[in-house]
Amino acid sequence: MSAEPEVSQIELDTFRAEVCRWLDENTPSAPAFKLPDSFLEVSSDEQFEYLRAWQRLVYDAGYLGMSWPSEFGGGGRPQIFQDIVNDEMAAGNHPFMLNIVGLMWAGPVILKFGSDEQRRRYLAPMLRADEIWCQGFSEPENGSDLANVQTTAIRDGDDYIINGTKIWTSLGTQAHHMILLARTDPSAGTKYQGLTFFLAPVDHPDVEKRPIRKMTGEFGFNETHFNNARVPASCVLGEEGQGWAIAMATLAFERYAEGGQAGGLDMVQLRVSELVEMARECRLDGRPAIEDPVVREELVRLSVEERAIEMNDLRRHIPGLCRERPDAIGLMRKLVTSEFRRRMTRFAVSLQGEAAKLYIGDPGAVEDGDWQRHYMNAYSVTIGGGTSQIQMNILGERVLGLDKG
Amino acid sequence: MAEAISFGEEQELIASSALDFMRSRCSFEAVREWMETEAGYDRALWREIAELGWLGISLPEEYGGSGLGATEQISVVEAMGRQVFGSPFLANTLAAELLYLAGNDEQKQHWLPQLISGTRVGSVALGESSGAWDFGDFTARAELDGSQIRLTGEKCFVLDGGNADLLLVACSLGGKPVVVIVERSQVPDTALRVERLVDETRRSARIRLDGVSVPKESLLTGADASGALRRLQLKGALLVSAEMAGAAQGVLDLTLEYLKTRVQFGKKIGSYQALKHPMVWIMVGVEHSRSLLYRATTLWDAGGGSEELENAVRMSKVQSGDACTHAVDRAIQFHGAFGFTWDCHAQLFFRRAQWAEYTFGDAAHHRRHLSELLFKDDAPLSVSSS
Ligand SMILES: Cc1cc2nc3c(=O)[nH]c(=O)nc-3n(C[C@H](O)[C@H](O)[C@H](O)COP(=O)(O)OP(=O)(O)OC[C@H]3O[C@@H](n4cnc5c(N)ncnc54)[C@H](O)[C@@H]3O)c2cc1C
Repeated sequence: MSAEPEVSQIELDTFRAEVCRWLDENTPSAPAFKLPDSFLEVSSDEQFEYLRAWQRLVYDAGYLGMSWPSEFGGGGRPQIFQDIVNDEMAAGNHPFMLNIVGLMWAGPVILKFGSDEQRRRYLAPMLRADEIWCQGFSEPENGSDLANVQTTAIRDGDDYIINGTKIWTSLGTQAHHMILLARTDPSAGTKYQGLTFFLAPVDHPDVEKRPIRKMTGEFGFNETHFNNARVPASCVLGEEGQGWAIAMATLAFERYAEGGQAGGLDMVQLRVSELVEMARECRLDGRPAIEDPVVREELVRLSVEERAIEMNDLRRHIPGLCRERPDAIGLMRKLVTSEFRRRMTRFAVSLQGEAAKLYIGDPGAVEDGDWQRHYMNAYSVTIGGGTSQIQMNILGERVLGLDKG
Repeated sequence: MAEAISFGEEQELIASSALDFMRSRCSFEAVREWMETEAGYDRALWREIAELGWLGISLPEEYGGSGLGATEQISVVEAMGRQVFGSPFLANTLAAELLYLAGNDEQKQHWLPQLISGTRVGSVALGESSGAWDFGDFTARAELDGSQIRLTGEKCFVLDGGNADLLLVACSLGGKPVVVIVERSQVPDTALRVERLVDETRRSARIRLDGVSVPKESLLTGADASGALRRLQLKGALLVSAEMAGAAQGVLDLTLEYLKTRVQFGKKIGSYQALKHPMVWIMVGVEHSRSLLYRATTLWDAGGGSEELENAVRMSKVQSGDACTHAVDRAIQFHGAFGFTWDCHAQLFFRRAQWAEYTFGDAAHHRRHLSELLFKDDAPLSVSSS
């Protein structure tokens, strides 16, 4: 990205006030049905339509894709404006965006590697949630070992013919397009070669989708079978054989190790202050949980870590304070925030004492059993997008310089 | 709103030159040599440090200081922590700051230039045998007797007590905390006992005050002593936190080096996930420590005396303490039997961490305070009712 123009503090403050006002006036009231914890668990049409309408509203108001070039549907403004919108959405815990695979992962790689034609074709409908995106990286036999993908795409005239199975495809059921990693040259030397990155249509007669149910009872991802699915060669992003490099770039956006996402939230924001509130309300072994010294100590531990994560996000943008390991904070972000969310939600449940056993739908459940579901869904972030163990490998090898295992 | 984390060119310049200086002049070998001496530090090097302006880095230029902030100050301390550097730096810095906070003009003009130029070494006598980290309720006493102040009681854990020419003694006078300047020559040799510390690069002493008598002009009268002591206590926690953040980084580097050279089962041991993954969490601990440290110094320099500052300093000490004590613990294990030897530098860091964790409050102490700050209106379960 080119250097960004200076924006005056007054302009930013005015903008922030405008955003706050807009969010106050336009955020829809909570629906009668339950919303999911994130875009990953969208399980019903009503959830889907509610979130799609919200994304559209935000985009039409000019608060999404603000830093993307205006010729492709973006706002053409400095990143700082989108950051302010994101901040305010997080602070008020406004609903998250629906089309996250597009906004945060596919969009930035299309901007980075796509032709102008592709950018024009895909980005604006992505921002408006007119076209939904999904990601076809994982396969039943190849998860962490992503480079080993076996789905094939074989050139046939002006088309490619795709065969194979992708799995854990979030939003796959509703998606129009998939960022797909497939093998175009099965005879290439190493597993990293011969891979190509496609912007593949999956609203397609030869693409079959089978929903998978999650541990929470929700849906949201599926198997995606390609049965001789023919797609035009114009769907290739970058060059044939460049798939691995583009897949790695995608993961950098997905893990927020690199900036340039369209913006908005991707999940319900959870904060330690909510746990403090809950500890005040809940009784643990007959007493207010907040009076228990062990509870207080753990709340403090979590508060310190939450603050450290916030401060990392600020320090990350000050190169002079990150000289020795410039990539560390960016690359560790996914590991740190997902593991934090898992520990925090687990502790939240423990504050409820015996009521911790109750689940969504039981009238006696604390906060309708939301924390029980938050805890289970926390694994979606410690596993999805590359597991915590894989993140530790990456950090150990790339940032600390230790040998590969 | 204050900037969340401030950054300036000066700070980066100081940080990188401090690190260069520490690495070239304070090798682990040199640290081990100084460790064997009585004073524990090298006087020629001390003079150099004074010339670099580090002894008065955050004090005003009118006293010979550099007029910079806590942000620049901790950059130096972090670098010292990385090399397990000892010396009376902490003692002298805190003495100068206490004088600056609580001394009257005459006291400041007389003493500060001497401490900042390194011609005299100062220290603060805060702790007592109770081990309380919240200073204020002192059993050491001062009594006015004509033109003299007579002292009684005992001070413990006095940083570089045996090296100091000048001691700022915290005690109570008529039930209120005060600070009295005591020169080393006013304390009989038999009243000072050098303490034996886990960290052999450090020095401290226990001082019996009974029979010590100083002119009444030795009382610091520039400001309310209890406020100054509270502030000093926070500054102490902040500096030790910086030291621990630096030490955690230093021991991370040391251990990584070993993991990249030692071979077992035909592979570098760093390739094993049982070692690699914990190293990643140590790095995360260091990154968290630095972010919270710079947040705290930013607030310090913004001039806050607020609860927000107290909160930030305590969080910083908790985080650096946890990160550093964990890093040194794993460092010993990951070096195998070599890590258990005297010759392995891991022990220097290990012992430093033990010292620093219990200086100006351990992590549990600061977490207790944080819980009071965070849950102000919620009564904790009292021990007796449980
Ligand atoms: C909620 C959710 C949504 C998802 N959405 C999508 C999506 O939209 N599109 C998509 O393509 N994928 C998606 N995924 C899949 C996700 O990327 C994979 O699950 C993940 O990469 C791990 O692969 P796997 O499940 O096959 O586990 P495996 O790779 O089989 O791993 C099993 C266990 O072994 C560990 N392990 C594996 N290799 C190593 C190693 N080298 N070192 C140490 N430990 C190792 C792992 O950490 C894990 O604990 C989603 C997953 C979840 C949970």
